[in-house]
Amino acid sequence: MLFFTRWKVAAILLMAFFVCLCAVPNFFSESTVKRWPEWAQRHVVLGLDLQGGSHLLLQVDANAVRKERLQQLADDVLRVLRQARIQFTGRAIVGNGVQVHITRDSDVDTALAKLRELSTPLSGILGTSGQRSVDVAANGNVITLTPGDAALTERIRQAVDQSIQIIERRVNELGLVEPTIQREGIDRILVQVPGLQDPSRLKEILGKTAKLDFRMVDQSMPAEQAVETRPPPDSEILDGEGNQKYLIEKRVLVSGADLTDAQPGFDQRTSEPVVNFRFNSTGARKFAEATQANVGKPFAIVLDNKVISAPVIREPILGGAGQISGRFTVEQANDLAILLRAGALPAPLTIIEERTVGPGLGQDSITAGEHAAYAGAALVIIFMFATYGLFGLFANIAVAVNIAMIFGVLSLLSATLTLPGIAGIVLTVGIAVDSNVLIYERIREEVRAGRSAINAIDAGFSRALATILDSNITTFIAAAVLFYIGTGPVRGFAVTLGIGILTSLFTAFTLTRLIVAYWVRMWRPRTVPI
Amino acid sequence: MRLLRIVPDNTRFDFMRFRRISFPVSALLSIAAIALYFFHGLNFGIDFVGGTLIEVQTKAGPADLAKMRATIGGLKLGDFQLQEFGAPNDVLIRISEQPGGDEAQQAAVQKVRDALGDEVDYRRVEVVGPSVSTELLAYGTIGLVLAIGAILIYLWFRFEWQFALGAMIANVHDLVLTVGFMSLTHIDFDLTSIAALLTILGYSLNDTVVIYDRIREMLRRYKRMSMPDLLNVSINATLSRSIVTHLTVAISLLALLLFGGQAIHSFTATMMFGVVLVGTYTSVFIASPILIYLGVGSGRMEGGAEEPEPPPAATAVAPPQRSRARR
Repeated sequence: MLFFTRWKVAAILLMAFFVCLCAVPNFFSESTVKRWPEWAQRHVVLGLDLQGGSHLLLQVDANAVRKERLQQLADDVLRVLRQARIQFTGRAIVGNGVQVHITRDSDVDTALAKLRELSTPLSGILGTSGQRSVDVAANGNVITLTPGDAALTERIRQAVDQSIQIIERRVNELGLVEPTIQREGIDRILVQVPGLQDPSRLKEILGKTAKLDFRMVDQSMPAEQAVETRPPPDSEILDGEGNQKYLIEKRVLVSGADLTDAQPGFDQRTSEPVVNFRFNSTGARKFAEATQANVGKPFAIVLDNKVISAPVIREPILGGAGQISGRFTVEQANDLAILLRAGALPAPLTIIEERTVGPGLGQDSITAGEHAAYAGAALVIIFMFATYGLFGLFANIAVAVNIAMIFGVLSLLSATLTLPGIAGIVLTVGIAVDSNVLIYERIREEVRAGRSAINAIDAGFSRALATILDSNITTFIAAAVLFYIGTGPVRGFAVTLGIGILTSLFTAFTLTRLIVAYWVRMWRPRTVPI
Repeated sequence: MRLLRIVPDNTRFDFMRFRRISFPVSALLSIAAIALYFFHGLNFGIDFVGGTLIEVQTKAGPADLAKMRATIGGLKLGDFQLQEFGAPNDVLIRISEQPGGDEAQQAAVQKVRDALGDEVDYRRVEVVGPSVSTELLAYGTIGLVLAIGAILIYLWFRFEWQFALGAMIANVHDLVLTVGFMSLTHIDFDLTSIAALLTILGYSLNDTVVIYDRIREMLRRYKRMSMPDLLNVSINATLSRSIVTHLTVAISLLALLLFGGQAIHSFTATMMFGVVLVGTYTSVFIASPILIYLGVGSGRMEGGAEEPEPPPAATAVAPPQRSRARR
């Protein structure tokens, strides 16, 4: 156990040295490290609980996605049946599907064939998966179209992808530094912004769908009457500012998707804050046609199903540019411009988890973690030295190398260090010495059993190592499970605990052994000083 | 230099005698812990029941809890608690989950922010909606079960099934007692508590495995020693290690407890209880003697009356072939 070939010694020392070296960037400031070559820049990232910042978990409203898909399917059914000149009644969304009643029995087969064209095969990883986007089934004259679960999941996935892009644009527009935006599971998005102390504005910006439509006001009846009776089938009642109700046509003249630019500004006459916008060429053409046809009538600017304003068209607007005014404050106008530039979210987002840590607490936690680490390390080092003397010193060297290696590995992985993570490192100091304790106690036993010094050391190592491996694997399993189920700070604990176990195994199996072997070779001891 | 000997050499303490006491005591304590869990309950944190947690620090002087309580009470947000947190100007506000889904929680935070205004610094705001809290609880439970299962399988492969089962009974007993402790002290039970429980599981098993390793070695070496004697020898042989290691872990935890700050206080307190107090006791007084009841070495003589050459405890007689120098 005490013999090492030369290349093995070199390999052990190089490995330890290299891993420790990886920890170096952490001791320099961000700006210094930035000037180093790319490969040398990897360093430990402080978790939000240490550097302060906001963690928001958003969920895409899957129900809204489903509803929109059904509405779209219902529209498709209408279009297809009309094109095929098939008479039908009772087209409606029922539960998770769209139902339609075909009037004439003879049309049912044609209708089925035509409607089946709406259903496309879903492609799986290996060619077609056998599933289709819509199930079409007939029961007598009633045809039911149901979107498949896989197709819906795919839609939600797409909605999340789009949302991530839009959130990125919105967050960047707010000028926040180094945000992380990533998908979590199927329908969730994690937004982390370091240094953000009050996420109110961010939440407001993220909470808006920003779906902007230009539509006509339905003047066939007053809005009040429509509220009391029933709105015409192609119109709906929308809220405006205050308690005002509007009766608005469902048909969209131009949508926010056709905007190319939006900027906050001030109205030249009233000097109210407004948002100036510009359409792309399609939008400009549509808007020009619509305004030409409707001079003298009011139209509505609808944002997230709320009427912002409903001005009367005085003259055709041909230039493709316009202005939205709606009693905004400067900040509201600013935010609206940001939202319009970034585009609309495909579905509403809900904040389902928020964790914000202020910079004060973060700094306090770093200080507390440092103090605990120093105190813990100092006490353990003294204790080990008092118990095992020279060998305790060897163990302490191993512990020091261990901590350096943990930071090295954390840097290599660009892992996040959290306060529980620091706790994990402090605990690792406890485990790292355990390996040495096991070895030394075994050596003590072997000495008592009457072995010579070198024999006892040799036997102590060879017997203790099996035990060390067995006992550490159980803790490692616990750490692995914790990593798998944990989030944020808890995961940080699992990471440092797991890495700590690995590095302490490494030092116990190689470094401590190497040190002791050299000591034995140099001094040829007759007794073991432990 | 005289080195510290915490456990004197050649200790021969008869641990097995205590199994007639330790088993009933542990059973009673476990029942008490389970009763505490059901009748006293755990102080579930917002991770698992949803709700809002806000830590504020007053800018001028110590916090006026009564005034703050009145302000927040006026917002009609249902159940809430105020608590001084570490320092007199540091206050922890806990608001129970609002009816009305995820948006309602956000609205509640905004109300509190508006009401307290600029008089305080917001050190921490945590809002967990109902959809996340149910999930976290499920994950936490699954994680614990998964970890126990994985470790059980590992031990089954490494040892015989009796050892795996014995270790598991012993360490589930640790977890039960720790949960009882958390119930009694009303420590927040949140995600970090699950982390603490898993770590306790890992550490206690670590300790148990070290003793089991020795028991296995002894079983192979002394074919005729009676089981209680063999267990006693094994425990005595590893006693010094157990105590030194637990002292170092206790030292590390003590440092965290004293200097690690309020944020991980309940985490370290739980670990201290679980690893240092319960874990050590369990490996010696439960995990080892339970092997007798599980039938390990049942073919051996009970009592060791006719052991031909009872080797002294804490003496590892090495078979000669192992000591051969390697090259």
